[in-house]
Amino acid sequence: MTMPENDKGADALRPHAEDAFAEELKVLAAADDKPRPTRWKLSPWAVATYLLGGTLADGTVITPKYVGPRRIVEVAVATLATDRALLLLGVPGTAKTWVSEHLAAAVSGDSTLLVQGTAGTPEEAMRYGWNYARLLAHGPSREALVPSPVMRAMAEGSTARVEELTRIPADVQDTLITVLSEKTLPIPELGQEVQAVRGFNLIATANDRDRGVNELSSALRRRFNTVVLPLPATADAEVDIVARRVDQMGRALDLPAVPEGLEEIRRVVTVFRELREGLTADGRTKVKSPSGTLSTAEAISVVTGGLALAAHFGDGVLRPSDVAAGILGAVVRDPAADQVVWQEYLETVVRERDGWKDFYRACREVTA
Amino acid sequence: MSGTAARRPGPLLLGVRHHGPGSARAVRAALDAVRPAAVLIEGPPEGDALLALAADPGMRPPVALLAHAADDPGRAAFWPLAAFSPEWVAIRWAQEQDVPVRFIDLPAAHTLAAETGPDPDESDSVRLDPLAALAGTAGYDDPERWWEDVVEHRGPGETDPLGAFEALGEAMGALREAYGDGGHARDRVREAYMRQRMRAARREFGDAYAVVCGAWHVPALAARTTAAADKALLSGLPKVKVETAWVPWTHRRLARAGGYGAGITSPGWYAHLFAAPDRPVERWLAEVAGLLRAEDRQVSPAHVIEAVRLAGTLAAMRGRPLPGLTETLEAVRAVMCDGSDVPLALIEDRLVVGDVLGGVPDGAPAVPLQRDLTRRQRSLRLKAEARERELELDLRRDSDAAKSVLLHRLRLLGIGWGTPTASRGSTGTFRETWRLCWEPELSVRVAEAGIWGTTVPAAATAKAESDAAGAAELGEVTALAERCLLAGLSDALPAVLRALADRAALDTDVARLAQALPALARALRYGDVRGTDASALATVAGGLAERICVALPPACAAGLDAEAAAELRGHVDAVHGAIGLLDGEGLRERWAAVLRALAGRDRVPGPIRGRAVRLLLDEGRLPADETARLMGLALSPAASPADAAGWIEGFAADGTLLVHDERLLALIDTWLVRVPEQAFTDVLPLLRRTFGAYEPGVKRSLGELVRRGRSPKPAPGGAPEGFAPTLDPTRADAVLPVLGLLLSGPPP
Repeated sequence: MTMPENDKGADALRPHAEDAFAEELKVLAAADDKPRPTRWKLSPWAVATYLLGGTLADGTVITPKYVGPRRIVEVAVATLATDRALLLLGVPGTAKTWVSEHLAAAVSGDSTLLVQGTAGTPEEAMRYGWNYARLLAHGPSREALVPSPVMRAMAEGSTARVEELTRIPADVQDTLITVLSEKTLPIPELGQEVQAVRGFNLIATANDRDRGVNELSSALRRRFNTVVLPLPATADAEVDIVARRVDQMGRALDLPAVPEGLEEIRRVVTVFRELREGLTADGRTKVKSPSGTLSTAEAISVVTGGLALAAHFGDGVLRPSDVAAGILGAVVRDPAADQVVWQEYLETVVRERDGWKDFYRACREVTA
Repeated sequence: MSGTAARRPGPLLLGVRHHGPGSARAVRAALDAVRPAAVLIEGPPEGDALLALAADPGMRPPVALLAHAADDPGRAAFWPLAAFSPEWVAIRWAQEQDVPVRFIDLPAAHTLAAETGPDPDESDSVRLDPLAALAGTAGYDDPERWWEDVVEHRGPGETDPLGAFEALGEAMGALREAYGDGGHARDRVREAYMRQRMRAARREFGDAYAVVCGAWHVPALAARTTAAADKALLSGLPKVKVETAWVPWTHRRLARAGGYGAGITSPGWYAHLFAAPDRPVERWLAEVAGLLRAEDRQVSPAHVIEAVRLAGTLAAMRGRPLPGLTETLEAVRAVMCDGSDVPLALIEDRLVVGDVLGGVPDGAPAVPLQRDLTRRQRSLRLKAEARERELELDLRRDSDAAKSVLLHRLRLLGIGWGTPTASRGSTGTFRETWRLCWEPELSVRVAEAGIWGTTVPAAATAKAESDAAGAAELGEVTALAERCLLAGLSDALPAVLRALADRAALDTDVARLAQALPALARALRYGDVRGTDASALATVAGGLAERICVALPPACAAGLDAEAAAELRGHVDAVHGAIGLLDGEGLRERWAAVLRALAGRDRVPGPIRGRAVRLLLDEGRLPADETARLMGLALSPAASPADAAGWIEGFAADGTLLVHDERLLALIDTWLVRVPEQAFTDVLPLLRRTFGAYEPGVKRSLGELVRRGRSPKPAPGGAPEGFAPTLDPTRADAVLPVLGLLLSGPPP
């Protein structure tokens, strides 16, 4: 592949993980005295430390890349170490891609062997394509072959990544079966094959509550160890994530910064968490869960939408009425069942809550 | 054997972690190696007499040694023993070798006398905090895990059977030097007593005896103190008369942290570790796979292989010698369960905790529950007779109320001594009729119920709480709540009501909610009669009513067939009655709004719409004009005749209203005349069902009214037929004395 070298991404809008954290990886590799699997840049222990953060013996501080349960990262790294493929599941906004990129960077020092899954992902993206000019001029040969990231990872013994695996058509998904079970990729046109060398592995990500996607066949599913990335564990963590993302997006959309909105953000997050978990924040009352996912990503879009309303049509302060319609839209996906869920929640939880009167009224207005 | 020579002089002190499988294995190895002439065990000496039963083939652990005050079975303490408990292993070893075995802890006579109530912590002397200190020193953040790595996961092939005990004793000694008694002041007395018993054992066996006790006690038992000092500590302890018994136990109760549970979160896993001869992880994961297969999940041997590999790698990453429960479960989740927690919950329940139920031989002494029941029967003068007889109770009398409560409690426990039957003559809520019959097998039931507690109220409360947690449907929990009130189990109510609120919150079927509400309202009324506090129940009932208010309109508008509509109509009636019994004006207002919504919505089936109109009219919430308008709409030519007939059925379930309101009758009359001929045969059965159910008198009056034809009157504001346009004060006053008598007279 010929691409202009851009000097290790110094100027890149978003540098790759292995470039952005090159220093940390170098220090970790130097301090790491535990056994490393073949072609791994770090030992499994050091990979886990890289992701979860920590302080090394010489005092170097490794920043945490993933804030969440330790066991998630440990299971993921151990899976890669047993040369099983890893499937990261989770609703939008749970840092699946982020974790997969950093895992690849820490294990293989290269997070760029990436196949982005879409409904139109062709088989060539998983296996290999042809350079047709060369193919026509010289006939089939290895030189005319354009390897896919998966094929390159097999040949080099590094980590390949497949994003949004369940968006890829089922027949294309299944090309992975041979790769993962036989660890080989046949090239029938040449009568050859590419055998995976030690160190090869694959990390896939998928959205587990998305409707209308291509479910993995059981044959393929069997070849993965599955790790579900959870939603933020505490309300504070989630409020923090939402506030930070809303701030970034608001700046991009030239919305005025609204510091007083934190109360509304907390309210949106509380509503989302309570409905999602089917339990009120005080743990005393159960509530029904609607059919939607109510992911953190949706909470972010509700707040951003509310901010736009407040900025353009209100007095610039995020108020309950600005977010009520957005929440209703996110919660009530199925007009019959979700409507009941939402009303029950309003009447049995929101109505009685201190300081939520305005919000209750705003919700009643948009619901009626 | 070897090892004995290198041992310290003195008795063999085996410090263990209660219910630790590794400790149990180590204890057996140590006993086999040293072969002591007697075994002393931390436990109440009152249990010595029962120790012989442990060798009975009918004895299956888990069981618990129970000691309770003879005159008050409610004051009790349990010493649960599982197959993997070191104490159990030591008892069985001694019995197999025909060596004397004794309990040496402070007698329950003193411990039970010292406390006003049972202190479950006393049976559990796993000193977690000192262990945390040891684990912290070893670099572990979780003390349980440290203990497991160092002791519990010892494989069967360790070379020195005593090494671990020596090291542990030393570590505990260092800890106790640093921490003193660790906040367990009572330990000093208990340890003094144990030392006294050890002195007695030394006189008998020399140093050739072994002591199995919690690791925490080892340094104190090894310490040299004078007999006089120990005696001084033990003098003047209060004392009660104590009775003991073996009771069957379950793994689930071992797992319970509170109450009499041993706080072992994973008894199933421990039992597996103890029973598995080798390859514990592989065998465990194969067992998990078997369970998942039985639940129709596809789990192949390849899955098991991958799970074993993942668990091993995880353990290596965490620096553990062997995968523990955490590692294996994480591997199972990632490999066999697609990362989901749902099947994992099943594994937790069935394997990690497990369903194992212990058993005691038939010849074992009676359980305290039986004694408590006998006592209560005597004090209430309620004899257990095999002959069937009837018992009439007047709940306003204290002794009768107490009898009723006892019978209800026994029913909750599955001891069907009395069956409630319909009262003859009186229908008052203060009267109850029971049919009593004591079948011999009821004694077995009492023995079985013994695992729930030592007294009838305590056992019934525990059983009700457990039933509430295990109930699958909302209806079961409401019935349970009602029974708890009848049985006067106010302690169980919070748990039952919580379960009730949870089930109600998650139930999506409004019919079930509607079924549950009347029972609750009824329970509230019973509560009033019996003077039990039911304010919490009122809150739950209110919440339930709110949910019905939200969910009823969409459920009624969902395109129901005739049968479902009739059923829902019945629910509307029942809920209406129940809400009338509940306090809260706001709730009644909301319910009225729901009825209005039902009455005015075209997609709601006729019977329900008609019923809603009628209920509103009866409550005076709907003016007559509006009623007539709604009826006119329902009976207009555009409405289908079948639906209109349904409306009439719902509205005029009894005919008196039609007799008195001619306008409504006229509307029906007009509609009926307009029904097309071919549709008439369709609606005829419906109408016949409606009008045929009327009282003969009403039927006759209606017939006469219709025959007479439309009366020429009714001017607006005009009086109904047979009444003067204005009130006649003299005739009205004549009725007042009788009314006064009826409304304020003394109750019968």
